[in-house]
Amino acid sequence: MAEIVVEKAIKRFGKFVAVDEVDLMVNDREFVVLLGPSGCGKTTLLRAIAGLGMLDEGRVMIGNRDVTYLPPKDRNISMVFQNYAIFPHMKVYDNIAFGLKMRKSPKEVVEERVQNAAKLLHIENMLDRYPGAMSGGQRQRVAVARAIAVESEVLLMDEPLSNLDALLRLEMRAELKSLLGRLKATTIYVTHDQIEALSMGDRIAVMKQGQILQFDNPTRVYDLPANQFVGSFIGNPPMNFLRGQVQRENGTVKVKIGDFHLSPSEEMVEPLQGYDGKFIFVGIRAENMETLASPAPDALAVMVEVVEPLGSQNLLTIRISEDILKVSTHPDFKVHAHETVYIRFPPAKIRWMDRDTGQAIAPSLDKVLA
Amino acid sequence: MTTIETPINTTPSRPSMEATAVDRKRAKRRHSIRRGSIYILACIIALWILLPIWLIGTMAFSTPEDVRNYPKHFAPVPASTETMDFFLNTDGIQRAARNSIVVAIITLILSTLLAIPAGYAIARYLFPGRDAIRLGILSVRAFPIVVLAVPLAITFIKWDMYDKVYSLALMHTALTLPTTILVVASVFAGVPYELEEAARIFGCTPAKAFWKVVLPLATPGIAASAILTFVLSWNEVFAAILLTLTNRTLPAQILYTLDKSGDPFKFAGGFFMLIPSLIFIFFIRRYLFNMYGQLNK
Repeated sequence: MAEIVVEKAIKRFGKFVAVDEVDLMVNDREFVVLLGPSGCGKTTLLRAIAGLGMLDEGRVMIGNRDVTYLPPKDRNISMVFQNYAIFPHMKVYDNIAFGLKMRKSPKEVVEERVQNAAKLLHIENMLDRYPGAMSGGQRQRVAVARAIAVESEVLLMDEPLSNLDALLRLEMRAELKSLLGRLKATTIYVTHDQIEALSMGDRIAVMKQGQILQFDNPTRVYDLPANQFVGSFIGNPPMNFLRGQVQRENGTVKVKIGDFHLSPSEEMVEPLQGYDGKFIFVGIRAENMETLASPAPDALAVMVEVVEPLGSQNLLTIRISEDILKVSTHPDFKVHAHETVYIRFPPAKIRWMDRDTGQAIAPSLDKVLA
Repeated sequence: MTTIETPINTTPSRPSMEATAVDRKRAKRRHSIRRGSIYILACIIALWILLPIWLIGTMAFSTPEDVRNYPKHFAPVPASTETMDFFLNTDGIQRAARNSIVVAIITLILSTLLAIPAGYAIARYLFPGRDAIRLGILSVRAFPIVVLAVPLAITFIKWDMYDKVYSLALMHTALTLPTTILVVASVFAGVPYELEEAARIFGCTPAKAFWKVVLPLATPGIAASAILTFVLSWNEVFAAILLTLTNRTLPAQILYTLDKSGDPFKFAGGFFMLIPSLIFIFFIRRYLFNMYGQLNK
């Protein structure tokens, strides 16, 4: 059993607060991704869990053991580094065996586990080579093999794929996911790549400025962003945010975008009433709008500025007063730039955001999903 | 309809192809001119340094008569070890050479042993007063040794350390230490910190991580810096003259006898003094070419 608990963690670098009172609870054998832009504190948090940077305040527990003040070697963890950090003066075999030898494992165990780890990563025929004679992808495999050979209960990964080229990254991503699924380690994986996070994690912790903004499974992080930042950081293209004004009219609530009136779904009427007369953000994902070629009563007429055929979809860029809207359509939907199309906003797919705080307006997120 | 309407044109039109051919030729010519001038410049610099060395070598292996005569030869024909023999068998030279080697080796060992922890601390840790210490290290070099000459000699005489081989080695250690520390620090700085962290994750204490990972990777650089220390001590004259009388090192001995001796002695002595530097350059060259390729991966 190795659940990881971080309590009220604070890490400062001079005046800069890298990790700002973070609480994180990772279940045993769970795969959690820390996702955020560079400088958001995700690597600092991971290093605090690894024991490579001491926290200024707060606690780290691994498997019910307080490890806050323990050196890395006593935490029963292993780690994959961003730049692989494999030892250039040792052969691949000795690199993979390093952790086991340090633990003084018997020779047969070392031999067996090195062979197993090498096989899992398809580098069993390279054990006699020096890392200097290997490609980036192969070195990455050595780094992962070294990390899994010690069979620790906790596996930490710091942007392990970021140094690989795009094609190799795609390949390694699936391979890593299947590999980690077979291991029984609790994994924390740091990345700034939202696709990696969505595709690999059991849960994603989205971080910004040292804080966790949302900690949820990938579907919910994507569909129900807790605030504007999460919505615009995750997804390609990011979630659209249009300016709308809330208007109460004899018992109903409408949101005005230009001359167009949106009717929120039923459960949203109540929370939106408090915003009467105020501006809010209307958030919607590019693929959640319906694009029509002919007018409909509940569709907004807009002019297309740019059409980008992307193969699997056509991405339309539309300007609504000052806001830019990205709409993805089926590739068979034929439209040219400067033509008019009609867009329908399904109320269930709209996420309303407070314009001042950026937080999602919702009675309860569960109610919306239900 | 999508925005792509025109069929994709796979064959570029003729005129543009001709234009690129001309451009390519011109770019190639410019490239080779630039390369050529760099080579010529490099050759001039190399000749400027190598020519005197070659002449000294030539003289050292010519007969004493050839050395005294004009015009000088450009190659040691007829080759002879007579000049070198004469130099090496001059009174006091062999003893001085032995002293020089002993002093240089003691200096090398002391200096390197002190520089490893100091250099590591400067390269890795942000401790209070780090910059002051770095400056302090350099300031040893800022004092002209002439200023220190009299107090040094008096102190050494008082402590009964005057005219001893080991005391000169201590003086040389003090003189070379700043350079050695800074060189070793830069060698340690070249070993990625991540490797050390990886070692600690996989079961090392910081000390063991240093021993198992950092030191092996820094060894070629430390070796080069040790040879540099050796050469610095080998070539050092002033402190050697100041602190020794009967136990002269080679440069002190040569300098002492220089005005009383003829050309063959000077050329042979010059060549003999050069040897450690040549060996040093040979080693450090291999190391310098290697360093970035190996460690930054």
